[in-house]
Amino acid sequence: MEKRYISKEGLNKWFNQIIQSDKRLFAPVQKGEKVEFKRVKSFEEVASDYIQTTQSIKRVAFPRAEVLFSYKKEEKETTLQDFNPDTVPETVLWKIHPCDAAGFIPLTGIFNWDYKDKLYNARLAKTTMVSFSCQKSDNSCFCTSVNGGPGNTAGSDIQITLLPDGGALAEILTPKGEALVTLAPECFEAEREIKKEDYLADVPVRFNVKELTGKLASSFDSPVWKQQSERCLGCGACAFVCPTCACFDIQEDAKGSTGRRIRCWDSCGFSMFTLHTSGHNPRQQQSQRWRQRILHKFSYMPERIHELGCTGCGRCSRACPVDMNILEHLTSIAQQSHE
Amino acid sequence: MEVEKITNEAPGVKTFRLKFKNEEEGNAFEFHAGQFGEYSVFGEGESTFCIASSPTRKGYIECTFRQAGRVTTGLSKLEEGATIGFRGPFGNTFPMDEWKGKNLVFVAGGIALPPMRCVIWNALDLRKNFKDITIVYGAKSVDDLVYKDELTEWAARPDVNLVTTVDPGGETPDWKGEVGFVPSVLEKVAPNSENTVAIVCGPPIMIKFTFPVLEKLGFKDENIYTTLENRMKCGVGKCGRCNVGKLYVCKDGPVFTRTELQSLPPEY
Repeated sequence: MEKRYISKEGLNKWFNQIIQSDKRLFAPVQKGEKVEFKRVKSFEEVASDYIQTTQSIKRVAFPRAEVLFSYKKEEKETTLQDFNPDTVPETVLWKIHPCDAAGFIPLTGIFNWDYKDKLYNARLAKTTMVSFSCQKSDNSCFCTSVNGGPGNTAGSDIQITLLPDGGALAEILTPKGEALVTLAPECFEAEREIKKEDYLADVPVRFNVKELTGKLASSFDSPVWKQQSERCLGCGACAFVCPTCACFDIQEDAKGSTGRRIRCWDSCGFSMFTLHTSGHNPRQQQSQRWRQRILHKFSYMPERIHELGCTGCGRCSRACPVDMNILEHLTSIAQQSHE
Repeated sequence: MEVEKITNEAPGVKTFRLKFKNEEEGNAFEFHAGQFGEYSVFGEGESTFCIASSPTRKGYIECTFRQAGRVTTGLSKLEEGATIGFRGPFGNTFPMDEWKGKNLVFVAGGIALPPMRCVIWNALDLRKNFKDITIVYGAKSVDDLVYKDELTEWAARPDVNLVTTVDPGGETPDWKGEVGFVPSVLEKVAPNSENTVAIVCGPPIMIKFTFPVLEKLGFKDENIYTTLENRMKCGVGKCGRCNVGKLYVCKDGPVFTRTELQSLPPEY
């Protein structure tokens, strides 16, 4: 890892060099009351004052809907056209949070723990992540409770920490990060004596995640699932804004003799998610589906792929229409004494 | 793959014999008893079924399905010569090698005979590897029994003890088999549990009442096998819907022993 100083002007210049290259750049953009990741063309478009985007940026590697293959039926023959990784554009994610970058780690785990998913991997390979450490947080943020933090560099290629003088500390973390620096190497000055910790948000640890995972191991029959999910509408908003939710559906989009097989986001919160054709449903109640959501992220994933399925970004709590707060629920489970 | 042959098994139930379009791919294709595949109808989508033919029969695979949803309706409309897609084989397998020298008892209900048919033919094609083979198979009615020709063939074999049954009311005037539900017929047949493995496959209600009968007959949980069928999309442990607790039916299953099932939450 290499540390450099970059001035306010340097940051702006480097950004413009990226924009002028053949790469697409996504950054947070203010749109009405919301901030969302959009493709941007100028430095001025980038939102400066915000806590969290409504949606995560996982879609660059795992799109909401993507064509797995397309096909054409002729009399007796059917020809398939496979996904071509060469069509994936080089992409830079600018000013994502450490929890956004960290979100790709469990996603990579899911898409590679056994079968290697070439679509996800091709998209991720062409994505460079420039995270900005967090200087602000709110009550929904809990990165420090799930092995992250406002200055966590896991998953990032470069991390920028803004300084009061308008300049920034740049931590160049990976070869992909180094390659991005070469677009404007003159902007990166020698390192100065900077204590990064002084410029980070204070995000208190709200629960002990090891304790939580331990409690979950024997929680399957606990009444807590029903209690916590009684107001859940099963709308799936939590899964759609989540940077690590990877459950998907496969759908057919056909017209006449041509068609496409499409992979699209799904949610374990939907009642039809596990419904059998026979009408039997292993997770018939919303409480069973809420339990699945929590156990998958905090028990099954740590055990199977050694990653938590949560980065503490707080999006699910902010998006929930009935104010189900994952942080409160996790804290309450972690603090529960064994009956 | 090409649909080489279609057999009507029972009302709404068909068996497809599928041949690889690419002969080399066909020759290289290997699978083991218990594994499943994802079958595609272009224009409709993809569905999960077991491979119902035995790995000892090379050059083709078979699947049996009941017309129920969009994909199986699309499959039902196909004619011989049509092209379908196939992904697989997926999942774990029945431990046929570990069963060498043992008696095998198959207990199946309704449309759950297909996953077992693969194992049955696998065992019959390697007949000398196993001792007694008993098959208890039941369906709602005589009409609903699948693989009728093969049932006749198994019944005629001296080295197979086949008992077929239909639910009360499902019999026809000339029905020669048993009348009664699978668990009670199994209790009547009372296969010896000594040096025997039981392979059970059927609707959840049948499995629920069959396990206690096997227990009564002296079968240990680790010698009782079943295969689970949760809804799945990807078949490779990613789409997130077939899990039972921390285990994926598509990766860790579909074959489980009763011992394994007892350590899992009832999410199937």
